[in-house]
Formats: sequence, structure tokens, C-alpha cells
Amino acid sequence: MTEPSSLSRRSFLIRTATVGGALVLGFHLPSASRSWAAEDALEEAEINAWIIIHPDDTVVIRVARSEMGQGIFTSLPMLVAEELECDWARVRAEYALASDNLRRGDVYGSMATGGSRSVRDSADYLRQAGAAARELLVAAAAARWQVPPAECRAEKSRIHHLPTGRRTTFGTVAQDASKLAPPEDIVLKAPEQWKLIGKATRRLDTPDKVSGAALFGFDVRIPSMLYAAIRACPVFQGRLKSYDARAVEKQQGVVKVVALEDAVAVLADSYWRADRALQQLPLVWDEGPHAALDSAAIRAHLSAGLDIDEGAVGHQRGDVGEALLRADKVIEAEYYAPYLAHATMEPMNCTAHVTPDGVEIWVPTQNATAALMTAAQTAGVDPGQVVVHNTFLGGGFGRRGTAQDYVKQAVQIAKNVDRPVQLIWSREEDMRHGFYRPASMARLWAGLDGAGLPSVLKARVSAHSIIAFLQPEWAKVDHGLDPIGLQAFDEEFPYGIPNQRMEYVLRHSPVPVGFWRAVNHSQNAFFRECFIDEVAHAGGQDPYQLRRRLLMEEPKQLAVLDAVAQQAKWDEPPPPGVFRGLALNSSYGSHCAQVVEVSLSNRGKVRVQRVLCAIDSGHVVNPDTVVAQVESGVVYGLTAALYGEITIKDGRVEQGNFDDYPLLQLRDMPKVDVVMVPSGGFWGGLGEPPVPPVTPALCNALFAATGKRIRSLPLSKQGLA
Amino acid sequence: MIRLRINSKERLIDVAPDMPLLWVLRDSLNLTGTKYGCGIGLCGACTVHLDGEAARACVVPVSQAEGKTITTIEGLSSDGNHPVQVAWKDLDVPQCGYCQPGMIMAAAALLKDNPQPTDKDIDAAMSVLCRCGTYQRVRAAIHAAAKS
Repeated sequence: MTEPSSLSRRSFLIRTATVGGALVLGFHLPSASRSWAAEDALEEAEINAWIIIHPDDTVVIRVARSEMGQGIFTSLPMLVAEELECDWARVRAEYALASDNLRRGDVYGSMATGGSRSVRDSADYLRQAGAAARELLVAAAAARWQVPPAECRAEKSRIHHLPTGRRTTFGTVAQDASKLAPPEDIVLKAPEQWKLIGKATRRLDTPDKVSGAALFGFDVRIPSMLYAAIRACPVFQGRLKSYDARAVEKQQGVVKVVALEDAVAVLADSYWRADRALQQLPLVWDEGPHAALDSAAIRAHLSAGLDIDEGAVGHQRGDVGEALLRADKVIEAEYYAPYLAHATMEPMNCTAHVTPDGVEIWVPTQNATAALMTAAQTAGVDPGQVVVHNTFLGGGFGRRGTAQDYVKQAVQIAKNVDRPVQLIWSREEDMRHGFYRPASMARLWAGLDGAGLPSVLKARVSAHSIIAFLQPEWAKVDHGLDPIGLQAFDEEFPYGIPNQRMEYVLRHSPVPVGFWRAVNHSQNAFFRECFIDEVAHAGGQDPYQLRRRLLMEEPKQLAVLDAVAQQAKWDEPPPPGVFRGLALNSSYGSHCAQVVEVSLSNRGKVRVQRVLCAIDSGHVVNPDTVVAQVESGVVYGLTAALYGEITIKDGRVEQGNFDDYPLLQLRDMPKVDVVMVPSGGFWGGLGEPPVPPVTPALCNALFAATGKRIRSLPLSKQGLA
Repeated sequence: MIRLRINSKERLIDVAPDMPLLWVLRDSLNLTGTKYGCGIGLCGACTVHLDGEAARACVVPVSQAEGKTITTIEGLSSDGNHPVQVAWKDLDVPQCGYCQPGMIMAAAALLKDNPQPTDKDIDAAMSVLCRCGTYQRVRAAIHAAAKS
């Protein structure tokens, strides 16, 4: 057995304690009430890379994905514990270290946390890890008793020898078990045998998040640490031209001014002093080639994309041209969705310590491995010389995933001093230097037959491409097809319309774009589901009944549609003054349908009364997490639909804080009703799938209320919010 | 030197009088439960109690907190079992958890003034921003705490 990561974590703690004396750093993780020093006296055993068992039967389960609110610090350990047969009340969770993953041959697999993938990608190997450990514990007990393992059974951290009634505990045999070779054939439980999976389970991270003890990136405190405030050139791709450090260097607490290519940072003994000095620092930017860019130009560029003869075809069926000619009625509509910022409540930050031996960073990241590689590359050291301590994330939503720009900056800055540096972005810096959801436009055409049913649907999406932004060499292919650019319109387009053609038009922009919760589903589902509503009305069909007809080959999507319609009593008229809209979207492995109920105030402002959501994620690990993620997705989607818009002027983002990029407040929170219709047989995602249907269901409800189609967001720009 | 009374302890600190209380708590005293979210008093992640009233520490100069009783999330209860915290745990309110110290401090201040708040009272008092969308549970947990 190789060295367990808990040892390396402890050696790290001892090291910092030696440097700092009394200040206990620490990784405050759920249930970690016992001090590490006390734990040193115990002899815990690593059964395999995921599972450590203590003599008192405490089970530590390592989590290789990032906890950003979505609940994986509980649901992933549940998957392990289900097969391990341990006492759930004694389970603690801790992060696996990216450096251990590197050293131990990728034993933790992917540490990337995005695409709603944590459960669906790791459910099999986590259950196998739990089952393998259980087999080893049983084998160790059987060896002690000199009986066949098949006569023994594990349950609630105890092992029973069935013929004699003898018993022992996991903690008693853990050391023996850790020395055995892992079993080769592992049989996982059938779903009907599950005891923990599917049962509403309290989150392991709640107590610390309620007491204030939970450690976020901002909360890391390393002895002798400096704080860095940073300002990057507000114009995309601009650079730092000059600055005058003398103006602030002598201020109380200020230690150093560090210039980067496109930014400048002030280091001080508190963040406030660093930030105040930064605000007073004379700066001149070289604004570069994009200083005249604005939203109108971007929109015109996107719009021109809709007018080209033909986009890259992502998906087609039948003969669209012929079908449009033959249709009794043709409708056409154009939609627009703006840039959006992630606006995590905890702005970007990273703490870095660069020493002659390597780099140590403490960072809230959605991808600890990517953070490690970024730190190594930036410091010019071998990846083996980097240790990454992932903290809890004060929100992620995709911002902390692919781009590790804040890690790069922190390491660049920390290279200039021999002390640890905590880089903190102000809210304004965070808002203005994001990787935004791409601004997008779509033009859609539908042809209806004499019965009012659609015989043809054509969609053309004109958008900035995330993939092209991340991989510029790929983007050289003009009119290329972003492989995820047509999400919701690709081969998974669910509606059985005989003739379909989906086109993508790649439009470049200097505005950085990235993976925003639900990625291109978020705007494409708005285009698609609002247009389907238009098709229904143009043909005199009920939007629910039309979708039903078109979903005959998609039983799972039909099931969530029916479930939400039933819950909403769609077949009965809504109460007076209440209007409702419907939308459907499957993404990241799950199926989701929603009904939004709205009313209008005397001044014509929308009031969202209730959101009903039916969701099929296949298997359900923790039902309470499903409900929480739907509540979360609804708020994220509503915030975007009502207020969300990043605009560009003079080559820079105009918004800076929550005054001009408002978030939904508690007083505007609708009632959220969740209908779970798990069909089993697969592991679907949950972090993203509830987001995309919210906006189109809301806009369809507003059409029902006002007779006016909403084809451009946000609603605040339409006078509705 | 500024003398502060925080979580029932006297603290003497050498900072500028205009330094916001938030950064004194976090950077001078390592009381990191109180969070930064906006710096302009909009998001409420930094909510603490000044003489029992909810206040946004990012816009309170430390000099204004002198002579007042300051309570942070760390001092709300000795064991994490203030009725609001208990209700929060019972309903598993937090998601990412970043705004929750501010949310809990705002809820505790509301219940102190108004032990049986209506939904409208909660709407008016609870303006802490949560990007994860815990609002439905926040409301339910405040009602639960009011009953306890």
C-alpha cells in the first residue's frame, strides 16, 4: 500500500504549524472535530485510495470532485458507503489531493467538476471501491476466525460470522484488511438492495456551513501571508503600459507592487490596505485593438451571421427546403440572448506560496488537477513539486472550471515574494474579467401542414464559440461547427418533426466566453422551447398537447412532460390572474420539464408565483439534493431571465457589482414544487439540467399573460422586471 | 488603537479608523466566518450584529463599531446551536454556504425583533443575496426557528 494522502496532509499541517506556531491552519472539513495531533496517536488504515478506517469505526471517504453547493461532498460518499456497508453516522468526507492523484497513477480519475458529471461519471467506480473495501474487511475478519469469507456478512460497520454469531468491527480488522490484495471480481448490489442510495440524507457539510467554520478559499490563513489586490486592464486583450509604485509604496501595510503583463497587484498586510493602495495607484493602460468594441457591434455581427446563405449543419433529417415550400403556413422568428456572468458569491481568489522546493496553493477550484498543472507551468516547476489544497467553493457554476486564470495570477505574483500571498479579486474585478456565457442569436423557421402540425423546423444559431475561444487553432475553420454549439438542437432534438435542419454560424469576438451553468443549453433551450410554443399557437394547438404528439419516440421526456402537466393541472384553466408556460429540456443525462406560473402587477411587472419541475435523473442518490438543485437551478435561471445581461462599451464590461448586475432576492422567490420521476437504469446529472427550461417556460407564461412574444432577454429590458 | 467588543471579548487593535469592520474581522482578527461579497453593502454576506441589530460590516468603518457590542457568526452560539442554526441544519439550508453566515445573522436579528415574522416580514428583512438559490429553505427555516 502506498503512502496515504492523509499522511501527506498531516505532514503539511505539521509543516505550517512549525512555521506559524499557534495558528492552526487546517482544513476544516465536516465532522473534523478531532485534532490532527490526537489522530496521530491512532492507527487508521487506508483500505484503498478512497477509504480510511479508524479503530473507532470512523470512516473517512475521499472526494475527488469539488463541493460548490451541489452536494457531492455527501452524495459521492453515499455511493461508497452503500457498498462498504459502513455505519453512515460515522462517515466523514475529505478531499482527495490532486498531487496524490498524480503520484498514485490517476487513482482518483478525473477531478474536473463540471457538466453535472460528478455522480454520473464516478458512480460505478466509487461503488466498486466501496464493495472492494468491504470484501477486504470481510476477508480479514474471516481469516482471524479461520472461516470461509462466504459465511460472513458486513453490516453497519460490523462483520458477522453467520453460523456462530461471532462479530467484529471494521475498525478492529482495518489494519489487516489494508494489507490484503484487492479482490478481482466485484459484484455490485442491484438497485433494489440499496439501503442508503435513494434515501434523503443530511448533508455532511451543513454543520460547518452553519457555524461559520467551513473553509472557503478566502478563509485560508497561512502564517506571514500577504494579501494581494489586483486590477487587470479593463479592455479585453489590453496591457499594462505604466504605473507609479512610489505613489503608494510607503502607505501603511503596503509591501510591494507587482506588475504583470496585463495587470498590476498591490501586496499588503490586509486586503483592505492592498485594495485602497491599488485604487490610488497611478496606472496607464495600453488598451490594445479592441478599445472601441461595444454591444451594438457584437449584436450586429451576430445578426449578420443569421443572414449568410448556409451555416454549418449540425443535424438534419428529411428535406427542409422542399418541406418549407410545401407547407400551408410558414412562421419565422429571431431570438437574442446576452452575455452572462457567473457572479459566484465568493469572487475569484487563490493563495500561493512559491519556494525553492515548489509551489503550494490553496484554492477554490472546480478542477484541482488543472489548478496543479497551471501552477506548475506558471512557476516553471515539475508538476510533482506542486501541492493543491482545494477548499470549499463559494459557488462555481463553471467559472472555476476550465480557466484557472486566478491560479496563474496568484503564482505569478507570489514568485515575487518569499511569503505566501492570498490574491483576492474585488467584486468589480470578478464581474469584469469573467468567461461569459456567449451572446447568441437564433433564427427559426417552421412550416405547418393543414392540420396545424409542424412538418418542418429549421434553426440557425449564430454565436460565439466556447470551444473556439478555448482552442483558437480550431477556430480558424470559418463557419466551423462548435461541437456543443447546437446543444438542444443537435441529434438529441426530441421532437418528431419529419424535416429538420439545425445550423451553426461561428462568430468570433474578443469577449472571453466560457462554460456557464448548463452551457449552450441555457440559451438554446430558450430559443427552441419558445419557438415550439410559437409553432403551437400558429397551428392552434395547445403547447402541452403538441409536445405530447411530437414526443412519441421519447418516452422519458414524455414522462416528465406528463408529470409536470399533471402536477400543474394543465388541463384545467389556471386561477384568474395567473398565467402559465411550459418548457422541456434534457441535458447532462437528465430529463426536465417545467411549468412557470406568473401574474402581472398593476404596473405590468412580472411576478413569478410558482415553478413546477418534473425531473428524471435515472437513479437518485440523495433525493433532498435533487430538490435543492432544482430550487437552485430555478433561481439561477430566473435571475438570468429577469435581469441578467453583461454589456460591452469601449472594449470593457459595463457592469461591476450587484447594483448593475442584480440577483433574484428572497422576496421574489417563487414557490418551487419538484416532482421526481426517476426511471432508474442510468445516472443523470443534476447541477445543470434544471436551469434551461426556466427561461422559456417563463417567457411562454408571459405570452399567455400579455400576448406578446419575448424574443430578447433580459426581461428588465422589456419593462417586465 | 481601537477597542472593540467582539463575541464577548475585548480586542485592542491598531488600524485606521476608516478601515471597514469586515476587514478588521477577517484580516486583523482572523474571524473569517464573516464574508466579503460586494464591498458596497448590497449582498449582505458580511452581516454581523452591532448591539443586536443586523449591520453590513463592509460599509461600517471600524471607528463606528467602537463602544458597541459586535457579534459575528462565530459568536452567535457557543456550539452552533442557536435556534436559527438548528433550523438551518434541520432543513439542510446551505448549498455552497458562502452567504449563509450573513443569512443566518440576518435571520437571527429578525427573530430577535420579531419572534413570529410573517412571510411579508421575512421578505422585507431578508435581503442577503444567495446565488445558489436557498431562499425557499431560508424562509422555511425562519418559520421553523420561530416555532422552536
